[in-house]
Amino acid sequence: MVQSAVRAEPDLLDRALALVEGDLPLWKIVAANQGALQEGIEFGMGGSQAKQFSSVEIRRRSPGLEKAAHAALLDVGWSISPRVEDTAADTIVLDITGLTSLFGSVKNLAAALAERAASIGLRPHVAVASNIEAAIHAARGFHGITLIPPGEESERLSSLPVEVLFPSVETFETLYRWGIRTCGELAALPLLPLSERLGQEGVRLHELARGTHCRSLALAQPETFFEEEMALDYAVTELEPLSFLLGRLLDQLCARLEARSLAAAAFYLRLDLQDSDEEEAENFEIRRKSSASKIDSKTFEKILRLPVPMRDSKTLLKLLRLQLQSDSPHGSIVKISLAAEPARPRAGQKGLFIPDAPDPEKLEVTIARLAGLVGNSNVGSPQLVNTHRPGEFRMAPYIPAPEEAGVAYGLRCSPHFSVSSVLRFEGLDTAQRNCSQPETSAAKADLEQAVTAGLKPGPTKRTVNSSRAAIAFRMFRPEIPANVESAEGCPCRISFRGARGEVVAASGPWRTSGDWWEEHGWRQDEWDMEIRFDRPAASKSDKSDDKRTSRRGVPDGIYRIYYDWTRRGWFVRGRYD
Amino acid sequence: MPANLAQLRSEVELALAGRVASPFALPERRVEFVSTGISEVDALAGGLPRGALTEIFGPTCSGRTSLLFSALGARTSDAEACALVDGSDAFDPQSAKDAGIDLKRLLWVRCRTMEQSFRATDFLLAAGGFGFIALDLGDTPGELVHRVPLETWFRFRRAVEGTPTILFVLEEEPHAKTCASLVLQVEAARSRWNLTQADSAAGLRRYPFSRLFDGSDVRAELVRSRTQQGVKTDFHDGRDPLARDDKSIVFETRGIFGFPRSRPT
Repeated sequence: MVQSAVRAEPDLLDRALALVEGDLPLWKIVAANQGALQEGIEFGMGGSQAKQFSSVEIRRRSPGLEKAAHAALLDVGWSISPRVEDTAADTIVLDITGLTSLFGSVKNLAAALAERAASIGLRPHVAVASNIEAAIHAARGFHGITLIPPGEESERLSSLPVEVLFPSVETFETLYRWGIRTCGELAALPLLPLSERLGQEGVRLHELARGTHCRSLALAQPETFFEEEMALDYAVTELEPLSFLLGRLLDQLCARLEARSLAAAAFYLRLDLQDSDEEEAENFEIRRKSSASKIDSKTFEKILRLPVPMRDSKTLLKLLRLQLQSDSPHGSIVKISLAAEPARPRAGQKGLFIPDAPDPEKLEVTIARLAGLVGNSNVGSPQLVNTHRPGEFRMAPYIPAPEEAGVAYGLRCSPHFSVSSVLRFEGLDTAQRNCSQPETSAAKADLEQAVTAGLKPGPTKRTVNSSRAAIAFRMFRPEIPANVESAEGCPCRISFRGARGEVVAASGPWRTSGDWWEEHGWRQDEWDMEIRFDRPAASKSDKSDDKRTSRRGVPDGIYRIYYDWTRRGWFVRGRYD
Repeated sequence: MPANLAQLRSEVELALAGRVASPFALPERRVEFVSTGISEVDALAGGLPRGALTEIFGPTCSGRTSLLFSALGARTSDAEACALVDGSDAFDPQSAKDAGIDLKRLLWVRCRTMEQSFRATDFLLAAGGFGFIALDLGDTPGELVHRVPLETWFRFRRAVEGTPTILFVLEEEPHAKTCASLVLQVEAARSRWNLTQADSAAGLRRYPFSRLFDGSDVRAELVRSRTQQGVKTDFHDGRDPLARDDKSIVFETRGIFGFPRSRPT
C-alpha cells in the first residue's frame, strides 16, 4: 500500500508516510512505512491523532493506485519469466528455472528483477529459493535481495518471526503462550506432538518454518490492457499542472509497456471533473466529506490514436498536451485515468538506398502541432473518393509507407537504367504518354501504334522525364459566382469578382451529373474558357507593368467554369496554372 | 608575423595529425540535384538542389503550379515523404493525381493565412525527414509576402542546409533574395487548343464542343543559380538581361481530364 503511494509521488520515498482509510472523522491508519512507525505512528490510530505527527505525511489509501502498482509488479515479473504467480496484492512468485543461462547467475537475475521494479517506481524485496513458500517468506521477512541455496531453507528462515507464516489468530496465540517467537523455534518442535496439539495447521506451519512445504505455481494470465489512475487531493484547473501529472502517469505506463516489450497503439484519457462551486472549497477534507452528496462529477474523455505504436513518454506527453490545448476540459479535474492499448512495437529495417522518412514520433508531434494551427480537418493526406462529383476528396491520416519503398529502391539504385530505358523508347514516347487519355483520335492512333509495337500502356507517373508535364489546376474554395453572356450557345463574355472579360476560346459544355437519386444530387455543364479581361485605358498614375492582370486584380488565363443546374447559376471552379 | 603564423599552423596540423586530415581546408560540399520531372527544366537548371531553397515565381496561370506538381510527382514516385503547405487552399487532389503525384506520400496542410503557412513550414522543417517541402504562396498577394522579414527566409535556408530536404517556394514575385539557391521564373507563352473542325479564332468560339484544352507552352527562365557559373542576378531590375535569352527554355504542359466527359444530348 505504502509503495503504491510512493510510486505515485516519488518525493515521498525518503519521508515518513502513513496511509489512512475511511471518512472523516473515522480515519484509521492502515499502512505506514518504517519511518512513520519510528515516529510513533501505529496501525489503527485515528486520523486526527496521526495528524499531530507533523513530520509524517498522511495520504489517503487509493485502491486504484494499489491496483496499478500490483499490475506494474506483475509486468516486471513477466518481463523476466513467462511463468508468474499472482500470489497476493504485494507478492508475486516467478519460476526462474533455466533463466540463469540468460542472466549469468541467480544473483544477477535477482538484481535485474530489483532494477526493473525500481524503474517503474517500486522497491521490492527479492528472495530466491528452491521452494515457493520459502522464497515468499524470505521476501516478506528480509530486506533487499536474499539468496537461499537449496537445503539451507530451514537455517535461513530460522531467524524470521512466526508472523511471516500467517498462522490463524488462535494458533498464533497458542504459539505465543508456548514461547515460540521465530520460525527456527517452531521448526525445532517435534512434528508428531505438534500435530496432536495444533492439528493439520500445525503440520503445515512446521513445514513452512523448515522450508519444506511444496506446491505448484498457480500461473497468472498476462493482462492485455494497461491502466494508471491518480486521484487528486486538490483539483487541477490549468493545463500546466495537469501536464505534469500526465507526464508521471505516462512515465509509469511506458515503463510497464517497456517491461513487457510492448508499445501503445492508443491512449484513453479520462478526467473526472468537479462542479465549479466545489472548486472554492479550501481543503480536501471538506470536499471529501461532502463529496458523496454534492459533487455531481462529470467526465471528460479523449482518445489519442497513434499511427505507429510508440512508448516514448515525452513524445506522448507532447501529443496529449497538444490535444488538450485544442480541446480542453471545462472544469476542475479531481481524478485522472490513463489507459494504453498495447501493440507490438514497430520494427523498421533501414536500408542504404531507401530515402529518409520523418521519424514517426516527431512526425506525429508535428502533425498535432499543424492540426492545432490550421485545424484537424486541414492536415493529412488527400484521398480521392469514388464519385464523379468534381472537387470531392477526403483527408486521411498521413502515414508514410516505408514498406513500399522497395519500389523506389530499384529506381534510386539504377538511375542510369531508368534514363537509358527512356531513351530506348524515345521514338514511341508520344504513344506511351498518351496511353492514359486516349479520348482524342490522335491519341488512339498513337496507342494502337504502341500496342502494335509491343509496348504496353504504362501509368502516367512513369513518364517522369516527359517534356509534357500535366497541367495543374488550382481550385477556388468556395467557388466564385459568375455572370456569363452567351451567343449561339457559346459563352462570349464573363464577369466575376468585379471584373469583366472576353472569352477568347472555350471548350464544352461537358455535362456531369450524379447522386440524382438522393437529396443532394448534382448536375453541371463544365467549360474550359480562356478569358481576357477588360482593362481601362493606361493612365500616367498606373505604374503596374503586369499586362496579364485586369484592373480588379483578376489575371487572364484559362478557367474552369460551370453552370450548376440545381442552383441555376454560373460558378468559377478554378484555373489552370 | 607570417613566419609565426606558418609555425603556428604547422603546430596545429601536427597536433591534430591522425585525427583531422586537413584542419585548414574548407570541406567540399557536394550538392545533390534531383529531377523536376521536366527534362527541359532539368537541362536548364540542373535539377532541384537538395538542402537548399528553390524559388519558382511567375504570374497566375503561368504554369508554375504545373512545375510544382511535376516535381512533387517525381519525388513521390521515388518514395520520398513530401509536404505541401497550401497557402490559399487551392490544391486540387484530382489534378495532382493526374500529374503523377502519389497522394499517399503527400502531407497536405491547408492554410488560410500567410502566417499559418510560414508557421506550418517552420514545423515541417523542424520535424525533418521530408524529401520535399513545398510552400505554395501562389495566390497570396505579393505585397503581403513582401512584408515577410528576410530573417524568415534565412531561417528557412539554414533549416534545410545540410539536409536532403528540398524547400520549394512558389510565389508571384521572388522574395527570398540571396537565400534562394535556385530561382526560376515561369510565364505562359501560349495556350493550345485541340481543334478538329476549325482552327481560326472565330472557330474557337463557334465550335466549343469540338475541341479540348490541350495544355500550354510555358517559358522558364533561370534567374539565379548558386551552382551554375555565369548566371547573374540583379534583383533591382529583376534579372540580368544578358542572361535572359541564353537561360530560358520553353516546355509544354498537357491537358488533364479527371473524369470521363460526355457531351450533353
